[in-house]
Order: sequence, then C-alpha cells, then structure tokens
Amino acid sequence: MTAAINTEIVRARNLTKSYGTLKALDGVSFDIESGRIVGLIGPNGAGKTTALKAILGLTDFEGELNVLGFDPRKQRAELMEQVCFIADVAVLPRWIRVSEAVEFVTGVHPRFSPEKCQAFLSHTKIQPGMRVRELSKGMIVQLHLALVMAIDARLLVLDEPTLGLDILYRKSFYESLLSDYFDENKTIIVTTHQVEEIEHILTDLVFIRDGKIALAATMDEVGERYAEVMVNPDKVEAARALKPLNERQIFGKSIFLFDGIERSRLAALGELHKPSVADLFVATMKGTYA
Amino acid sequence: MKTLPLLLKREYWEHRGGFFWTPIWITGVLLIFTVLGIISAEVFRSNAHVHVGISLDDLRNHISANDMIQAGNALDMIQLVFGAIACVGLFFVLFFYLLGALYDDRRDRSVLFWKSLPVSDTATVVSKALAAILVAPLIAFAVATIAYFAFLILVTLWAGAHGLNALPAIMAAHPLGMFARFMLTVPLNALWALPAVGWLLFWSSWVRSKPFLWAVLIPLIAVIINAWLGQLGAPHFDGDFRLATVLARLLFSIMPGSYLGAPGAGVRGSHISWKLEDDHVVSSLDPSRLYGLMAEPNLWIGAIAGLALIAAAIWFRQRRIETST
Repeated sequence: MTAAINTEIVRARNLTKSYGTLKALDGVSFDIESGRIVGLIGPNGAGKTTALKAILGLTDFEGELNVLGFDPRKQRAELMEQVCFIADVAVLPRWIRVSEAVEFVTGVHPRFSPEKCQAFLSHTKIQPGMRVRELSKGMIVQLHLALVMAIDARLLVLDEPTLGLDILYRKSFYESLLSDYFDENKTIIVTTHQVEEIEHILTDLVFIRDGKIALAATMDEVGERYAEVMVNPDKVEAARALKPLNERQIFGKSIFLFDGIERSRLAALGELHKPSVADLFVATMKGTYA
Repeated sequence: MKTLPLLLKREYWEHRGGFFWTPIWITGVLLIFTVLGIISAEVFRSNAHVHVGISLDDLRNHISANDMIQAGNALDMIQLVFGAIACVGLFFVLFFYLLGALYDDRRDRSVLFWKSLPVSDTATVVSKALAAILVAPLIAFAVATIAYFAFLILVTLWAGAHGLNALPAIMAAHPLGMFARFMLTVPLNALWALPAVGWLLFWSSWVRSKPFLWAVLIPLIAVIINAWLGQLGAPHFDGDFRLATVLARLLFSIMPGSYLGAPGAGVRGSHISWKLEDDHVVSSLDPSRLYGLMAEPNLWIGAIAGLALIAAAIWFRQRRIETST
C-alpha cells in the first residue's frame, strides 16, 4: 500500500470543470503511476486539454487532484520543478534567442542541465544566436524538446507535441523521447490525434469522451480484453450474436471487434488479430459527433 | 536563487527596443539637430538659432562674456532637457509595455511556456512592475547622460572653433550633480507611478482583448459621466476630490517627474518655469524639495491603490491564460 502511494504521480478524484453549461470534465477519476507512458486519447472537445491544464495548474477545477504531492491550483511554481510541459507547437516566445532561452531556463530551473541541452542542440541545425521566429516549426519543437529533456523532471506532459510537423520530425521526436529521456523514474502523459504513431510506445491508454473516461487500461489489458476477428461470410451471423463492438468490411470479409470474449470462441470464427488503438478508438467513440 | 534578476533580464531582452533603443534614438535626434544647427549657423553666418532647450547662441554669448555662472546654468538646463525628452519617450514606452506585459504572451500563447517553468506568478508580475519603475528609467537616464556628455564635447569643439574656451562653463555646470539628481528621482518616480503601473498591469492581466481600450476608455467615460451628472445637478464628484485628476494619475503618473506640478513637490504651479537668470536648475531638482512630496497623502493613497491593483493583476495572472483571439 505504501509502495503504491510512493509511485503515484497523479491522483484525480471527481475532477469537474465547466465552461458555462458545457462540462469539459464531468467527475473524472484516474491514477497515473510512475514509469508509465499514458496516452490520453479523445475526440476534439472531449476534455483532454482541460485535464492536462488541471494537472499543470493552468486552470481552476472542482474535485480533488494531487500531482506529485502538490495541489496544482495553489503550488504551480513548486510543481513545475518536477513537471515539464510541451503544448502544441510554437509556444516558445517568438522574440527570444536560443541562447537567451537556455540562459533563462538555466537560471530559474534547479533541475536543468545546460550541458545536456547543448548536447541535444548540437545534433540539430539550431544556432545559439537564432531567434525563435527564424526557426521552422520542426526546429522550434526540437529546441523545446532539448530544453525539456535537459530537465530532470518526474512527469512530462505533452499536448499534441507534433501537431503540424512532417513525418521526419515526428519520428525523431518520439525516438529521442524514448531513447534519451524516458526511464522507470519518469512518467509521460501524451495526447495526440496521430494515435498510430505512438501506440507502440504507450504503456497505458485512457480514452476520454464528453468529459468522461471511456476506457482506462494498460496496453497489456487492452491486448487481453479486445480482439479483432476476420470472419468469413458464412460465420457472420454467429459473430454478430456475440455482440461485437464494431463491424467493418475489407475485401469481402467482415472484421469484428470484440470486448472480453474468450479467445477460444473467437478463434472458431476466423483469424484473430490484436486491434490497433485507432480501430479501438473509432469503435469506442462511435456516434460522438452525431 | 537568481530568479528575479533573470526575470528582469528577460524583460530587457524582450523590450530592448523600447528600454534601450528608444532613449538612444530620441537623444540621438537631439544631438543630430544640434550638429545640423551648428553647421547651418556656420554656413550662413547669420542669426540662425540652435535651440536645445535654450539657445546655443545664448550659451555662446555667456561664454564670451565670461559669465560662467550663467553659462553653467544654461548647460544644466540643457542636461535637464536631455533627461526630460528621454522621460517623454519613456512614458510612451512604459505605457504600452505595461499594457502588453501580461497580455501579449497570452495572445501568442507563449504564456504556456513561461508557466511551464518553476516561476511563481507573483514573481512574474513583480518583475514586470520593477522593469517599468526601475530598469527602464535607469537605462533612460544613463543614455540621456551619455548623450549629454556627447553634447558637451560638441559644444567644446564648436566654441573652440570660435576661439572660446568652454571648459570653465562646463566646470561651472553640474553634470554629475544633475545625474545624481536624476537618479534620486527614480525612487520617488517609482512610488508616484505605482497607481498607473497597477492600473495598466491589471487590465493587461484581465482582459481577453484590447487592453488599451479598457484602460483608457473607462477613466474617460467616468470623467464624462461625472461631468454630465454635474451639469444635471445630480450628485457627482466635485470640489476637493477631483475625479479627472485621480483618473489622470491612473494613466499618466508613469511619466517621470509628472508630480512636479503637484502640491508638496516644492515646485508650485502647473508647470515649472525655468528662469535661467534667477534660478539654479540644479537646486530646483534638489531632493529636499522633491521629497516634500513624501509628506502628501496623495502619494501614499496612490501607492496603496497601485499595490492593490498589482495584487489583482497577480490574482488574474494565476487564473487567466486565454484571450479571445
């Protein structure tokens, strides 16, 4: 029990946030433990960004939220010594020079290592004298990532970090994150619409819809619970009888997505696959915009 | 922890143009006019007058008449002009700096970067107020003084070309004493400016768009409505409590020395008439005269209101990061 408390990074109970009549978060509860990479996935306007803002102390909310032992509403400055944050591209001030940004973070952040930052920057085309406004979108993200990876933080929050970047930058972003940054003492929460690009790095999955948690599970649990079966036309009726979450057609065959049905029964219907997060997401969110 | 010095440095980095280059340009233009005036006076050998607060011809006449006290006083006057125009520039720089200080980074969303660092909102807001009341004025006075020294070199050369020695006049002037007096006004300016600093930061942190309109229109409309109520004979602010004066302090007291016309500052009247013949410029700025303002409730009420507004700005800074654009 004590061990569990020590490794708990985020503990949210009954988190609620309303904008007028719209409930961006509607009584959400979840826990995030140390050493996990959590994908927070949801349609536009589902409350992902609001949840992240609450964790980062950027918004007021109702309910109970504990991040690394701090109340983000009251202790943002202390919290930010242990938490890093990259919001969707280009929140670095456009007037600042690279050298000024490094000097500033060095001075205000006790856990920042300028040497590490320089090492990361030396692998890019970014020069110290450049201003952010002279950098391309991809280079801005490289700079931000270099600043953040040089901070020995316990929690890294990424809100659509690769939005608008080309595939080369996106690939290298997640690669450097995994190989040069992540370890069992760190925790990453990431939201993105490009689910397929991060699903192989996630350890946990949280689906959020209309301000509520639609699914919260580890990737192992997801693999055990959900299965995709490619069914020949003659067994379609039998498959439908098992109440699939979703059904789609490819090359004349039907593909069914099942939740919590025994493998042996599904194997009799056809070929079994592990469903992709994207397919699972689409099935879970059916009718969101209807 | 060196957070506060770095926060001030950060403000300087972002506003180098306003804090550093604006006084350089303004005083530089004054120097250029001096040079142009000297050249045209030489070319036409006429009565073309070069005015730098006072006429350069006057200065030359004083020097040639060996009236070094008057010449020194004239030079002090010119130094005051250098400081004063730097202050006029400073007013505009600070006005827009403060209006944007807690708004611009919300508009371009870089507030998300600043807030991702372990810097409290209180430290952020305080650093912006300090940049406005200390960093920017110190730079402006330093630049004005350096420009004035450049002016002294110009005048010495010019007088020398006419066989006159300007050095006794410069010895009779008080360049360092004037500089010290400029510096001594900084704390008083800061106290006096607090209501305007607070007022502008408050709107900057609160509004979702157009901080300028809110900050300027609200006092303006209040004054108009008050005057209208007065015309109708309805209850309104009048007499000892002059609403327009109070509201003007919210907008204009960031102008260094704008208290010079206020009661208790030792300089009576709505404007200072610098009679070079019968007054000493350097003693007009004497701290013992200016600091008489400290005895005025006006100063302290304003300072308290300013601090309250700054506290409100911090409160909004903690809660509001969006703008409507």
